[in-house]
Amino acid sequence: MCTGRIDLGFIARSFYNGADGVYIAGCRLNECSYITHGNYYALNMTLLFKRIMEYIGLNPKRLQLEFMTSSDAQYFSGSVNDFVEKIRKLGPLGDKEGLSDEEIKERLYKIITLIPYIKIAERERLRLRINNPEEWEKIYTLEHVKNLIENTPSYWIDPEKCSACTLCAQRCPVDAIDGGKNKIHIIDQEKCIKCGNCLLVCPTKFSAVQKLTGKPVPPPIPEEKRIKVRPSS
Amino acid sequence: MFSYTEIDAIEGTAGDFTVRLLKKPRYVIQERCTGCGVCQEYCPVKIPDAFNQEISKNKAIHIYFAQAIPLVAYISKECLYLKEKKCGICENVCENRAIDFTQKEEKAEIKVGAVILSSGFTPFPAELLSEYGYGKYKNVITSMDYERILSSTGPYEGEIKRTSDLKHPKKIAWIQCVGSRSVKEPSKSYCSSVCCTYTQKQVILTKDHIHEAECTVFHNDIRAFGKDFERFYQRTAGLSDVRFIRSYVTVSREDKETGNIFIRYSTPDRGVIEEEFEMVVLSVGLNPPKDSENIAKKFGIEINHHGFGKTDAFILVETNKKGIFISGAFIEPMDIPQAVFTASSASARSGELLMKRRGKLSTKRVYPLEKDVSKEEPRVGVFVCACGANIGRVVNIKEVADYAKTLPYVVYTQTQLFSCSTDSAKQITDAIKEHNLNRVIVAACTPRTHEPTFRDSLREAGLNQYYVDMANIREHCSWVHSKDKDSATKKAKDLVRKSVARSLKLQALEEISLPVDKRALVVGGGVSGMNSALSLAKQGFEVYLIERERELGGNARFIYKTLEGFDVQEYLKNLVSEVYKNPLVHIRLSSEIVEATGYVGNFLTKIRTDKGKIEEIKHGAVIIATGAREYKPKEYLYGVSGNVVTNRELERLLYERDDKILNSENLVMIQCVGCRNEERNYCSRICCSHSVKNAIEFKKINPKGDVYILFRDMRTYGLKEDYYRLASEMGVRFIRFERENGNIPEAEEVSEAGKKVIKVRVFDPVLQKRLELSADILALATAVIPNEDVYDIAGFFKVSTSIDGFFKEAHVKLRPVDFGTDGVYLSGIAHYPKFINESVSQALASASRAVTLLSSDTVSASGSICEVEEKKCIGCGACAEVCSYCAIELYKTNRGMKAKVNPVLCKGDGLCNAVCPTYAIQLKHFTDEQLVSEIDSALPERVIEKIKKAG
Repeated sequence: MCTGRIDLGFIARSFYNGADGVYIAGCRLNECSYITHGNYYALNMTLLFKRIMEYIGLNPKRLQLEFMTSSDAQYFSGSVNDFVEKIRKLGPLGDKEGLSDEEIKERLYKIITLIPYIKIAERERLRLRINNPEEWEKIYTLEHVKNLIENTPSYWIDPEKCSACTLCAQRCPVDAIDGGKNKIHIIDQEKCIKCGNCLLVCPTKFSAVQKLTGKPVPPPIPEEKRIKVRPSS
Repeated sequence: MFSYTEIDAIEGTAGDFTVRLLKKPRYVIQERCTGCGVCQEYCPVKIPDAFNQEISKNKAIHIYFAQAIPLVAYISKECLYLKEKKCGICENVCENRAIDFTQKEEKAEIKVGAVILSSGFTPFPAELLSEYGYGKYKNVITSMDYERILSSTGPYEGEIKRTSDLKHPKKIAWIQCVGSRSVKEPSKSYCSSVCCTYTQKQVILTKDHIHEAECTVFHNDIRAFGKDFERFYQRTAGLSDVRFIRSYVTVSREDKETGNIFIRYSTPDRGVIEEEFEMVVLSVGLNPPKDSENIAKKFGIEINHHGFGKTDAFILVETNKKGIFISGAFIEPMDIPQAVFTASSASARSGELLMKRRGKLSTKRVYPLEKDVSKEEPRVGVFVCACGANIGRVVNIKEVADYAKTLPYVVYTQTQLFSCSTDSAKQITDAIKEHNLNRVIVAACTPRTHEPTFRDSLREAGLNQYYVDMANIREHCSWVHSKDKDSATKKAKDLVRKSVARSLKLQALEEISLPVDKRALVVGGGVSGMNSALSLAKQGFEVYLIERERELGGNARFIYKTLEGFDVQEYLKNLVSEVYKNPLVHIRLSSEIVEATGYVGNFLTKIRTDKGKIEEIKHGAVIIATGAREYKPKEYLYGVSGNVVTNRELERLLYERDDKILNSENLVMIQCVGCRNEERNYCSRICCSHSVKNAIEFKKINPKGDVYILFRDMRTYGLKEDYYRLASEMGVRFIRFERENGNIPEAEEVSEAGKKVIKVRVFDPVLQKRLELSADILALATAVIPNEDVYDIAGFFKVSTSIDGFFKEAHVKLRPVDFGTDGVYLSGIAHYPKFINESVSQALASASRAVTLLSSDTVSASGSICEVEEKKCIGCGACAEVCSYCAIELYKTNRGMKAKVNPVLCKGDGLCNAVCPTYAIQLKHFTDEQLVSEIDSALPERVIEKIKKAG
């Protein structure tokens, strides 16, 4: 397992669980014993999450990534001690940030639900391999992250257009689409991970699935109105 | 393995040697010692630590160094008990009763078929050169001393300090070639090959440690001749406050008060000046092993006049005595990759010799059948290790075990003195059986060392080996929190709780094994390819050797003699004939690869043969030996004037005794044509020696003729230095030009007394003036450049190339002939320019590596690999994009594109897992569920109730 295996979700989850700091240790850059150089992914991911923390009002210093080799024992313990000291000064999560436990949980929960979408939207950037530490800060700006989160799309099935063909429901990786033959399909917005697969597979002749950005998703139509009556031919 | 053992005598012949060993007494029973280090801590006798260059102290009982194998202590002669039967504290504190003062020197005898001498080198003893003040001034140290100082396990735990006052030095100087490249005894006349680059490494590390450090390197030629060394040099030289100064130096004096050292050196503009440094590092050279004469006598081999082992001109590891091989720096000074090449090639030669006996001594372990526990409720056993006193005296292990008992699903706990000892491991096996455990937690040390031990205990009990998890309560706990025992115990509990939480989610995994096709494919029929093929055949494996051209031989066809004067054409003729005679080598000439599929153990390669037919070859391994080519210059009137030739063309003219040579009086050579420039930022390694060889030959033909070599740095490394000196003694003149200062030689053709000559103009930085040389022949030392089909070959076998277009090995030092892709190996100048004997080394090495694969019947892949849950996969391809091993393939289904993992190619790095938006692809043994369960249980208050709820 490589540092690049660490998921955005692991970090979010740790803070959600109430951790005051998260420390990630990986191999030194460009010293990969394999050929993968996955620590760059870990680096990009950490940089992204730091900005996300900044965006939701948490101090990004609570997250730290360090590069070292297995023989850097002194460096490792020294660096962890420094980190712990830093976190002590920052106090419990939310304290200095002026956020209550509930607020933090609510904000992080939103991020956790968005992680699949973030992975899709940031696919290219998360793969960058940038050597120069001076450029790291520029990979993700606060503006970028703000835009990413505030302009998250939603997927919605236009009941007028849905032909209840079941294609989208079959292809939904998280079973977020309710419906069946002769029953208009509805996307459960709570479950939806915004992968866009439904939009991709909805036949163009129906074009029932729509990507909505910056506007609210219309409420689902009541159960009784969802029976699709096909015109008899 | 016999450590702390010497060879007394050897008798017999190749294939049947008897070696008499003298095992020195350790006074520690090797089987009992667990390497815990408690004895070392209690021992009252301090001695200078030889491993740390005697800068710091060690104890009379100690482990030689932290990574020693075996990790076992020994008692040195300074021990009080050994001297006067006093003390014996170690005996009392060793909880495993491993101390045994009654041990005597033991004799042993072993039977072997071949011997490989890897006795290494001895650093040049700098105290012999009084002009540098080593031993006299405290702040003059050797590079070996400095190496230890830089190390985190060194005398100052990785901090750079002066031994005189323990201050951090800011201004440090390195002096190159100490003990090397000088005919004045006791210095050595040869170049030690490695010092330029190790110094650069030390400069980089120094700058890492002390950001504002000023580093100055006083050097002669910078010999950055290895792969990527040129860039490494540039990277070093480009750091702030780093100076490279070309000058001989003397250490003039020490400031008694500050301990600072003064160095005198010459400058081009200010003459000789003196400068003060806080610390001076002498870059000492590599001497032959101290007792090389003795070794030679004992084994009946010859040594050369430098004291290095004398080996074959073409096979560097072959001595004059059959069955006795040499590897590493006992051949000549060499760096790690070269040493690994020779090591593997010595092993290949031994393998050829002992081919008929391969595998005769190996035994196979049989484990009981595994039972399926996937449907059972988890039953967790927790074993808490004291590691002697290592964990036990900091962490209250009984309390940890008691705590573990309160965790859900934990049905059994036990504390152990050393979980890794044979009887403890057996206890784990027995407990699994007796208490029907289906999960095992060992709370002990890092999994790096002993996870295999405990996996084995599970297998012995018929439980899948992936049901064990280790909680590291030593490195991550007792060692770092020794001052706070209560907190350490608390943390140990946390670690165990996390481990238990994860264990509940563990799954049985299978290590798949696939049959190995015993045949090999060698791509390229030059010296490297032929040597690889021949060695494989001599070790009993069938080989397909494919060559693009109509004959075998490659670049060697154009080389007449080596620098040392050995006949290359004769060697080549014999090699080709040997290849043709070997019935296991199938040669395909005028053939090219058109397609290659498959993976380690099972490749299928299609080639187009000379008749245009497509032939399918099945093979288990492939060696890439496609070579490289000579750069055809655009510079210096090449192709315009008939008097301008490349080095290779000059070689032909010389050895054919062409009229052109016989009628020439002046020969000028220009080095580094086509490389060490913006377009090709590497050194071609062989050209300096090639020019020296040609210059010497020209001088032999025309003793009165003038030869000028215009160079940037003469890179005649190792023993080749002797020929550089010889050429110089024969009157060959060497003129340096400084390309970095914009001084590039210029050439112009003019008519002089009815014949055309080349005028070469160059600025000489020593004389500080422009010279004009007249040349009948201008020879260009041109670059070695990659072949055009490198990228095709890379594509066929899914291997990588470096920025310069040469193939890229899996790891420069650790795996220099392997590719990152399993089953594919690399040899010869397709890897990087090198001399014939170096190519042969690498060729034999790659054969040896291929044999380790081909000699097993199956290849097995770890169980911890990735797997796709098809329902969740949306076919986005993010996983395939990040897989460096091309292990993920997208395929069409009637539900859209889906990803699939080829389990043989997957290396389990898990990058795909982290980028998958739908969590469809999971790295087994490190699944999201398993890792999240650890995260969730990490914070104590919330966890217990959560686990209880889940339960």
